[in-house]
Amino acid sequence: MRLHGAEIADTFAEAFPMWGSRVLITAATPAWALEAGRSMTGFATSVIGCKCEASIERELAPDETPDGRPGVSALLFAMDREGVGKRLVERVGQCVLTSPTAACFNGVAAEDTVDVGGQLRFFGDGYQSSKVLDGQRYWRVPVMEGEFLVQERFGVIEGVAGGNIIMLGRRAESALRAAEAAASAMRSVEGVIMPFPGGIARSGSKVGSRYSALPASTNDALCPTLRGQVEHTEVPPDVEAVFEIVIDGLGLEPVREAMRRGLVAAAEAGASHVTAGNYGGKLGPHHIHLRELMP
Amino acid sequence: MTLTLTLREEPVVPLEAEALCPDRLAGARREEIAALPVWHGNERTRIGEFFSVSGSGDDVRLEGDLRRVKFVGAGMTAGRLTVAGDVGMHAGAGMRGGELHVEGDAGDWAGAGMQGGTLAVRGSAGRQLGGVYPGERAGMRGGEIVVHGDAGAQAGAGLRRGLIAVAGRVGEAAGMRMLAGTVVALGGLGPRAGAGMRRGSIVTMAPATPLATFVFSCIHRPPFLRLYLRRLRALGLPVSDEQLHGRYARWCGDGLELRRGEILILDDVERPEADRRNQIAGPDAPRR
Repeated sequence: MRLHGAEIADTFAEAFPMWGSRVLITAATPAWALEAGRSMTGFATSVIGCKCEASIERELAPDETPDGRPGVSALLFAMDREGVGKRLVERVGQCVLTSPTAACFNGVAAEDTVDVGGQLRFFGDGYQSSKVLDGQRYWRVPVMEGEFLVQERFGVIEGVAGGNIIMLGRRAESALRAAEAAASAMRSVEGVIMPFPGGIARSGSKVGSRYSALPASTNDALCPTLRGQVEHTEVPPDVEAVFEIVIDGLGLEPVREAMRRGLVAAAEAGASHVTAGNYGGKLGPHHIHLRELMP
Repeated sequence: MTLTLTLREEPVVPLEAEALCPDRLAGARREEIAALPVWHGNERTRIGEFFSVSGSGDDVRLEGDLRRVKFVGAGMTAGRLTVAGDVGMHAGAGMRGGELHVEGDAGDWAGAGMQGGTLAVRGSAGRQLGGVYPGERAGMRGGEIVVHGDAGAQAGAGLRRGLIAVAGRVGEAAGMRMLAGTVVALGGLGPRAGAGMRRGSIVTMAPATPLATFVFSCIHRPPFLRLYLRRLRALGLPVSDEQLHGRYARWCGDGLELRRGEILILDDVERPEADRRNQIAGPDAPRR
């Protein structure tokens, strides 16, 4: 299959269930909201090494937030509900509670919830208090700046992780340009994040390693420098670099839509090839075929 | 569809009509409604003796001069009940859910002991709004009361949880002995607000002088208050941008109790600096 001069592989991305939540962070200025959001979603590229995957979903205008201040929404994913709760307590506690002027709210209505504010309240050392408004409890934690406001419970829903596309380029520069264009197009989809730096991973991995301690290692079949060294390479001779974008979403449809927009944007921006990563269908129940995403 | 009950004439003595509640009225046949019991003074009688019934449906509307009809909507758990005018004492008392809309004034004890739902009064409310009945440990335990006019004395007395918001002035001893919850008086507080309060918040947008048993903490922008004021604005109360974005003086009290409650007073930057300082510390008061 060809699209705007790019060869589109007839393959599929293999996605799997993961539990996710949406966190709304507000602050006195957009800059401080972004700062708190970036801090909370730092070191959260892959569940393998970071225990969760998280990133900023988008910036929020004041009329989109519970307290009418500028904000950001961030998505956080972990392998189970309890994991989402633990990571939220750690990250909201260390990165949002500490951030000047920031407040933190639940951003997804769900039957399943985890206790976040109800844990962080203990930082108040007995001086904390709560308010219940419209059935939701909020904790007021006194801090040196004034008060930190955090919602007690955050919704968790079963999302989809591991959506991906892989872009190859004849020059390293064109490959990166294509990946940047794809990531930018994907950011316009609500309900997804691309958790790697700038949304882009240069180090796609395969499952397992020759070293028993490692659960994952470099995807040697897609390393251009190993083309002459490995038994099965997937890098065409005229390709200089390969990038991957991993997509996590609060549902399958947003992940599919992000992949579709990314595929088109990457092809338009000069990718020589676009493919997707899978594990032969053995890992995840969601198979997103590139063929079905073609315009 | 709307079920309408019209009071034919004002009763000579108060009518106690707990049956005027969507739980009993919605979906019932007209003859069933007419047979529901009410107390006229010390005489047990029937709704049909006082009200004519028309229409049908889950949306219930009461018309006529109901100033002498007590306990309208008391204990209701769901549905929507509208009073097209004034209503007597104890309206919405102990209600657990649903919406009670009073298009005129409400008498004393409106929403007393309320546990859930919404009570909206377009006019003013009497004494003991959301208050505590004698012998009870707590007053209102949940829900929202929104009054577009003024409220009488002891609004929110014994309040344990929930929100009482008044667009106008609130009478003396608002939030007396309150245990938690929130009272917002956009138009100002009477004297002795928060007397004996243990926890909770009393918020006012007009200058106020807390009791001597309250201690000034600081002037700040309470993050929770923005949520509340946005909610009240959505409910139709006249919350200004200055109030929404404003700074508030925080007084902690009552010092005779736990001192875990607070009175928040909008810091009006338009007022002379000396006045504002006096309000915060009192003209001669030492910092406590």
